[in-house]
Amino acid sequence: MMQTTRIVNVSRRSLVLGMGAGGLVLAVGLPPRGRSQEAPVEFGADAMPNGWRDDPNVFVSIDEDGIVTVTVHRAEMGQGVRTSIAMVVADELEADWDRVRVTQAPGDELRYGNQDTDGSRSLRHFFDPMRRAGASARTMLELAAANAWDVPVAEVRAEGHVVRHASSDRTMSFGELASAAAVLPVPDRDGLRLKDPASFRYIGKSDIGLVDNDDITRGTTTYGIDVRRDGMLYAVIARPPVIGGRVASVDDRAALQVAGVERIVRLDPPAIPAEFQPLGGVAVIARNTWAAIKGREALVIEWDDGPHGGYSSEDYKAELEAAVRTSDGKLILNRGDVETALAEAPTRVVAEYYIPHLAQAPMEPPAAVADVRDGSCEVWACVQAPQVTRLRLAEQMELPEEDVTVNVTLLGGGFGRKSKPDFVLEAAMLSREMGIPVKLTWTREDDLHHSYYHTVSVERLEAGLDDAGKAVAWLHRTAAPTIGSIFAPDPKEKLPFELGMGLTNMPLDIPNVRAENPQAPAHVRIGWYRSVSNIPHAFAIQSFIAELAEAAGRDPRDYLLEVIGPARLIDPSEIGDVWNYGENPDRYPIDTGRLRKVTETVAEAIGWGREMPSGRGLGLAAHYSFVSHVAVATEVEVVDGQVRIPRVEIAIDCGAHVNPDRIRSQMEGAVIMGVGQALTTEITFHDGRAQQGNFDSYLIPRMEIAPRDMNVHLVNSGGYDMPLGGVGEPGLPPVVPAITNAIFAATGQRIRRLPVADQLRS
Amino acid sequence: MITLTVNGREHSFDGDPEMPLLWYLRDELGLTGTKFGCGMAQCGACMIHLDSYATFACITPISMAEGSEVSTIEGLTENGDHPVQVAWRDLNVSQCGYCQAGQIMQAAALVDSTPDLTDEDIDMVMSANLCRCGTYPRIRAAIKQAAQARAE
Repeated sequence: MMQTTRIVNVSRRSLVLGMGAGGLVLAVGLPPRGRSQEAPVEFGADAMPNGWRDDPNVFVSIDEDGIVTVTVHRAEMGQGVRTSIAMVVADELEADWDRVRVTQAPGDELRYGNQDTDGSRSLRHFFDPMRRAGASARTMLELAAANAWDVPVAEVRAEGHVVRHASSDRTMSFGELASAAAVLPVPDRDGLRLKDPASFRYIGKSDIGLVDNDDITRGTTTYGIDVRRDGMLYAVIARPPVIGGRVASVDDRAALQVAGVERIVRLDPPAIPAEFQPLGGVAVIARNTWAAIKGREALVIEWDDGPHGGYSSEDYKAELEAAVRTSDGKLILNRGDVETALAEAPTRVVAEYYIPHLAQAPMEPPAAVADVRDGSCEVWACVQAPQVTRLRLAEQMELPEEDVTVNVTLLGGGFGRKSKPDFVLEAAMLSREMGIPVKLTWTREDDLHHSYYHTVSVERLEAGLDDAGKAVAWLHRTAAPTIGSIFAPDPKEKLPFELGMGLTNMPLDIPNVRAENPQAPAHVRIGWYRSVSNIPHAFAIQSFIAELAEAAGRDPRDYLLEVIGPARLIDPSEIGDVWNYGENPDRYPIDTGRLRKVTETVAEAIGWGREMPSGRGLGLAAHYSFVSHVAVATEVEVVDGQVRIPRVEIAIDCGAHVNPDRIRSQMEGAVIMGVGQALTTEITFHDGRAQQGNFDSYLIPRMEIAPRDMNVHLVNSGGYDMPLGGVGEPGLPPVVPAITNAIFAATGQRIRRLPVADQLRS
Repeated sequence: MITLTVNGREHSFDGDPEMPLLWYLRDELGLTGTKFGCGMAQCGACMIHLDSYATFACITPISMAEGSEVSTIEGLTENGDHPVQVAWRDLNVSQCGYCQAGQIMQAAALVDSTPDLTDEDIDMVMSANLCRCGTYPRIRAAIKQAAQARAE
């Protein structure tokens, strides 16, 4: 069932990578998953740290009143996983939805299987195990009823929260059967009867209310920042503004005079690479958050910035541009003969694209409560990776893992930021210091100044077109600091999983393709941000395809479909991507037919080809990521350099739809986030310091820019026997190029640097 | 000593009069439904009603609430049945839910005070409230539904 051999066989450092990063970085220390490997190769949930579980005793409990409680082991950060997993279990269990409750699992992967809530994997990896957990529990209830009536189990049937024996017209409720069912052995996985999808009550239905709706609308939810413990103190930390920096001197006399301030604690900076270790600094611990914030304002600190104090975004952009203008980069793809094909092409097109740093900026900033005393450590925290949090706490606190409890609260947004438990470690260090519970809160300035930022990229593309305008040569150079830089000393090249996010796995129907990765050192902490490297890759590639259409005098939709090529199944490992989001390429090939279909769907929906009034334009983009196929079409209007986006059509083919309403909501959210990334959202650095500290300068989208006409198309190209694709992330990458392509159509101005900001003002 | 009414109950406070209501509500009273998002009136996660006006709790010193009535998400209604709350549930507006208390407080004040709401009204007022999950299309739809329910 679970597979850990390959993980424990690799080095300690790779173990850290695998555990810390989930599957995203797991591939780093491992050999490529080529077909030639002799050892059996695991994919999907099997390949994740601690794999999966489907034991009904772990995930389902039923009390004597018949209330069914489903334990959800994945973190809820807005994707709706608490509702979706409960739907799956309840459906197979034949439970009545109104009598289903949800409880959140603490971090404990030996019990629950993998809990890293990232990579758009929760339903992709746990739809089947959770179906089996529900079906097993149902089977146990049926067996308990058959025993009670002394009839063959084949004659009884669970349905709608009761078990029925039709021939004798007897029923027993789930509540009546619960205690007898609980002592029965768990049925064999192989003989388990799963429901016929035609009889699903909740799976695939759009009218399921969120399990947290009532609490959210009444303000009674608990996020990490909301946890309260008896005798708790409140802390904020002044951290070095530059990674690798440290406190040179601190004068805390005024801070200690602030009413309510209890203690000032110095925290050492981490060794670099810091992985998930806190940044160090000076903590202020007080009787309430306000006193802690005022105390911190009163600190007088001189910082030693260390080696990254000169980091400047403008200079770094020039560095990346210089890097992509040479052919010195690591060769990552080479098909055909690009050099000759480019040399012979009658038309050559070159473009460079710049995609800035971003901060995840979840509305709930990082926050945690820790209680470390008497040889145990308990935390309450908004973490995407509770098991990793537990491991790091155990190391930091020098406690055995079983003495560390990680209670997972709701997450007020995550977007990758809360995959890194640095803030939980901070809370634990301060609680240990104080001997009482401590709540650590990050202010918004802390969040934006000390993020694990989305990387910064320059993508250079060059293509050769033949006499008919068809692309025959394609050269892509990508330079961006890698997420690997938080794990290893100063790596300068992108990791296979980063390249596999929309670059090495691009299904281009072009005979000569080469890709190179020039070096790019990291000067800040780089981390996962929703959709990760798909963001720069999709922006550059989808913009460039539209530029080629322009150069060829062709319609951008027709040209995009031509570059995607005819409908076919592509094994990503055969075009240069050994990663494939950790999935088996046989089950998860790239399907250009599905990519074409979503593209055609949004093009038709937006009325592609219609006459547009002056200042208006349509744009289109398609992208494959997280083993789902997505396309976006937008209509934009540009007036006096101001962009409005009146309409967006987005289509996703992610296989079967477990919770269609949450797929729609993820697409809606992806469009809004993409609107911000296209138009306004950017983190810049000067003197090593992030220049945006709050939402007055870090401009995430507001209601006024939200498209008023937005339509989500769920393209369904198969039933529940098809493997599920991701949903949380794949919506985002094509949104930005669909907007900038529409801006080009509206104005003739090509956006090659994000965000648009004031570039359209003359 | 500052006295004020919060969700119908009288309280007094003799700490720092400059403490923003946000932290008073959360840390002193344990009313954590009012959220921290920015601390500078940029995101609206802290939106409360101060004498029935939608107000940023993060920049309102408690001294300004002397003698006032503060209503938080926990006290908006007894049964969670304000038309805005109902519409929020009907349309599954929330994603992570963190900003939604502030959105609901802002929207409730808007719907209660403005008959014949237009899209422009919604844009203008609701642009004070950020949602990183991007629930704006459903917030817009829910406000329209709530306004309709209010009118009936």
